[in-house]
Amino acid sequence: MDDILLLEEVERYLRGEMSNEERTLFETNRKKNAELDQLVVEHTYFLQGVETFGSIKTFKNSLTEVEAQLISEGIIGLSPLNGKAKIVYLWKKYKRNIAVAASIAAFISVLASGLIVSFTSKLGNENYRVLVDQINKTNREVNKLKSIDAIEKAGTAKPEVDFRATGFLIDRKGYLVTNAHVISRMKNIYIENKKGEFFKAEALYSDKEVDLAILKITDTAFKAVSSLPYSIKKENSELGEQFFTLGFPRNEIVYGEGYLSAESGSDGDSSAYQLNVSANPGNSGGPVINGKGEVIGIITAKDSKADGVVYAAKSRNIITLLDKLKKSNNQYQVIKTPNKTELKKLDRVHQVKKMEEYVFMVVGN
Amino acid sequence: MLDLGYYFRHLRINKRIVDTLEQEQILLKGLAGSDKNSIELIYRDNFSSIQSFILNNNGSVEDARDIFQEAMIVLYENAGKETFKLNCQIKTYLYSVCRRLWLKRLQQLGKYNYNLEYLVDIVPVDAEIEDHEKRNDDFNLMENAMSKIGEPCKSLLDGYYLQKKNMQELALEFGYTNADNAKTQKYKCLIRLKKIFFAQYKYT
Repeated sequence: MDDILLLEEVERYLRGEMSNEERTLFETNRKKNAELDQLVVEHTYFLQGVETFGSIKTFKNSLTEVEAQLISEGIIGLSPLNGKAKIVYLWKKYKRNIAVAASIAAFISVLASGLIVSFTSKLGNENYRVLVDQINKTNREVNKLKSIDAIEKAGTAKPEVDFRATGFLIDRKGYLVTNAHVISRMKNIYIENKKGEFFKAEALYSDKEVDLAILKITDTAFKAVSSLPYSIKKENSELGEQFFTLGFPRNEIVYGEGYLSAESGSDGDSSAYQLNVSANPGNSGGPVINGKGEVIGIITAKDSKADGVVYAAKSRNIITLLDKLKKSNNQYQVIKTPNKTELKKLDRVHQVKKMEEYVFMVVGN
Repeated sequence: MLDLGYYFRHLRINKRIVDTLEQEQILLKGLAGSDKNSIELIYRDNFSSIQSFILNNNGSVEDARDIFQEAMIVLYENAGKETFKLNCQIKTYLYSVCRRLWLKRLQQLGKYNYNLEYLVDIVPVDAEIEDHEKRNDDFNLMENAMSKIGEPCKSLLDGYYLQKKNMQELALEFGYTNADNAKTQKYKCLIRLKKIFFAQYKYT
């Protein structure tokens, strides 16, 4: 019986049901008595386990219930064999939880309306801030002009970013190349430059086979660059050729260097090279540039089990892709890939410095 | 001239983000409370894309349901934490978790021969999946211990600790003559459950 009382006390203590006096007394006892302390620690852990167990069980029940409903609506498919019987079984099994779920739902809707209020006021504040900014700037003519200049240059406001990879210009007017897999899950595509400015872009052409995509910056804030200092190589490159890469495995541009280690990609894919270079998530779509300043490939993937085995689509695929794009729509005849390199005689540091202006982050959501 | 186009674009984009954020926060709150409507909305928005990912990668419809459920539990466990801040859309988060879970499972089954790893930066979820696996082990231990103590212990403890009923209610429900008898019985059951739970715990 004493044990029962003791455990009851521990539980009251843990639930915070004790009066101040009781709690002080209990804590003094706990300090003096190691066994009691041990019991409290153990029981806390155990009760947490029970609590988590209970909440996950309730959640799983709700999940299964929703699943059952969506299965009956045909939204979730089922293998033919265990179709209907299973639905009935699941339905019966979880019917009794509906009442609980409904009462929680009522509680949630109250929470939800509170949230809307707080969000609207936040939105209001943001608008307010923008206006204040403007007013301050109208005070001084020079600043005003500057601000307009900044606005025109700035491009799109910072979007929500779920994916980040790399892309680079293949035409001075804002046409870029990146990987098909980079944009395949993006609804909205943005190009971010070194200064952190965003420009809306859209995919014009995407080829999953060679894993390349052509993008166009559609943002009017983007100004065409005067020229591109590198060229796109149409011929195959040789085994052992040295190169460097630029890309965004971080929010900052990262340089890498390596050599061409095989003339085909994974599984003998002749449209790709195997490279020896270090590459990380974010490097996809980055240019592979040889010493002369020719783009020889575009980084696509790496072997997750081997060190330094990276694959790149061959640069001639860019030309093939552009030809297809031009054929599909005459308006893209204006795309002119650069065919002269200005990097030939420069040392690596200066090559990189010139090149990095044209390599961008491709981000999106 | 002031570029009004820019301002409109700017506002529209911000508005869109706020709308999504607002909706997503509501959904997360709902999820944290096991709200069926929120769960349903998330299922409707995301299940099919996860399913096609799994079907395209050596899996079946059942695998897709399994993985999606597990990803939902990962999200649920995190949505309840005060410190949790979703840095991306629910859609991306679920995709990332499902992708990780599925590749892990394929590796365990020895079916993962495809070594190509795309180099796109997606939200990192490894730490959260590790936490989840630990909690999942605990869940299984507790579930197993619960199943071993038998009736009426299971229902009695469930009634007291999970449904938060008091001793009078339980005495009435289980036919004990008074609350004290129910308390003694609950105590015996509890000791049994703890014993089984902690015994298994030592071996894992």
